[in-house]
Amino acid sequence: MSGFQALYRRELRAYFSSALAPLFLVIFLVLTAAFGFWFGGFFERNQADLSPFFIFHPWLYLILVPAVSMRLWAEERHTGSIELLLTLPIHTHTAVIAKFLAAWTFIALTLALTFPCWLTVNYLGHPDNGAVLAAYLGSLVLAGSYLAIGSALSANTQSQVIAFISTVIVCLLLLLAGQPIVLDVCRAWLPSLLVDAISALSLLSHFQAIQKGVLDLRDLLYFALTIGVWLWATTVLINHQQAD
Amino acid sequence: MIEVNALTKRFGDRVAVSNLSFSVRPGEILGFLGPNGAGKSTTLRVIAGFTPASSGTASLGGHDVSSSPLAARRLLGYLPEGAPAWPEMTPLAFLECIARLRAMPAERANARLKTVIERLGLGPVLHQRIDTLSKGFKRRVGLAQAVLHDPPVLILDEPTDGLDPNQKHEVRSLIKEMALDKTILISTHLLEDVQVLCTRALIIHQGQQVADATPQSLAARSRFHQAVTIQLHPDVEADELALIMKLIHAVPGVREIDIQAPAQTAGHQITVFPQLGHDLYGAIRELASQADWPTQDVRLELGRLDEVFREITRAAGDAA
Repeated sequence: MSGFQALYRRELRAYFSSALAPLFLVIFLVLTAAFGFWFGGFFERNQADLSPFFIFHPWLYLILVPAVSMRLWAEERHTGSIELLLTLPIHTHTAVIAKFLAAWTFIALTLALTFPCWLTVNYLGHPDNGAVLAAYLGSLVLAGSYLAIGSALSANTQSQVIAFISTVIVCLLLLLAGQPIVLDVCRAWLPSLLVDAISALSLLSHFQAIQKGVLDLRDLLYFALTIGVWLWATTVLINHQQAD
Repeated sequence: MIEVNALTKRFGDRVAVSNLSFSVRPGEILGFLGPNGAGKSTTLRVIAGFTPASSGTASLGGHDVSSSPLAARRLLGYLPEGAPAWPEMTPLAFLECIARLRAMPAERANARLKTVIERLGLGPVLHQRIDTLSKGFKRRVGLAQAVLHDPPVLILDEPTDGLDPNQKHEVRSLIKEMALDKTILISTHLLEDVQVLCTRALIIHQGQQVADATPQSLAARSRFHQAVTIQLHPDVEADELALIMKLIHAVPGVREIDIQAPAQTAGHQITVFPQLGHDLYGAIRELASQADWPTQDVRLELGRLDEVFREITRAAGDAA
């Protein structure tokens, strides 16, 4: 366990000792505020809730989370430090989980720094704080899913640019899977069972359910499974890549 | 103790390491030699448990690196090729992190940190980011990481690469000291490392083992082994040189004579090769002093490792 802790701490510290942390924090906070208050029509709605703020998260994360996840393994492979890490007495899956959790913690901290938005709605009215909390949770697990996908795709390359772009594409596909634009195309030539399956894979519909304040176990299970499967894929990819 | 048994590593169709077997015992320093691309680093990676073997086994202290990796890795200090480290850390933070990753108790970690930092002269750069360090310092940080937990088995990929002569000397004496009770495997392309450091040398070429012997017995394979080299004064006249050559030819047991033209401040250099089993040194020495030759030096050659290395790897290349 101490190996896990040591790696987790190292990774978390690495975010803050590079220019990434301040840059990411500022961009994330500016964009969430800008999208929520201006484009989301926060004031025009005359409703004391944070929907306009959360509704853009899937799209913001689409660019911001891959920027965090791209370095997870691609950088280790590029500098060769992966050889050091994986000859220390820790398992590959331990390293995968420690690195993932450190990145997730970093994003959770960023998300926590949006608390002034929450204070603002509480000052302006009486929001359903339970729903707000559920939406924060939804946002966090969505970011975790993107990160897990990014982790696997980062393990697949030495290039952080490739890791970034491939993560954006895969996340976008999974986001849109449940949208009419995708489903209508699929319906034309796929059996309805498969169409339903594709629709159930959609990150967006599961996020929207939670974001509305409905905490369904199935949605949470979906995100837990997504994270688990992609982290497992990361471990497999890393072990496989050392072989050739 | 390092045990390697019929180790083979293929990348696709390319065979990087072919059927390699050897073992290293505590107290030994095995030098792993070979031209670039011979499969040195690949072999070390397999033994360190980073890359799985295609077939064959490797074990450290009795623990197979693929079936009980953690037990094997606990015994191992490993310096990977190029001495990678996490670039944004300082050497101190890096070494402290390695100590925690290896689950060293705090007290022991502190004591070892102090020793290692002092032995490798890392004091002046402890708080500087690793990516701003010179090549020599980076290499020493990598070495510090490998020896931090005082492991019984050390695998070092080119430990002296990029170091200046003083640092090389320091690192070599550190390795020699540790060899008293440890099993050490180093790869190098510096024959000097082999000569002053290794108790045994294993040469591989195109993934195959082509020699496994002590540096002395390897040197003895050199055509220079037991040859006598005479260094003449620069101002030797041509007729005097001709006379000397004639006298040497008359010595029994001489097989061949090489003569090298004067270079810079040195005069002609004559190398006399003996027939098998003949000892020329005494005879030539006596001849030189009796006839009062204008020599600067008469010496017995022990053999030249670089020449043997070239011979072995070229012959193997032709055979392949």
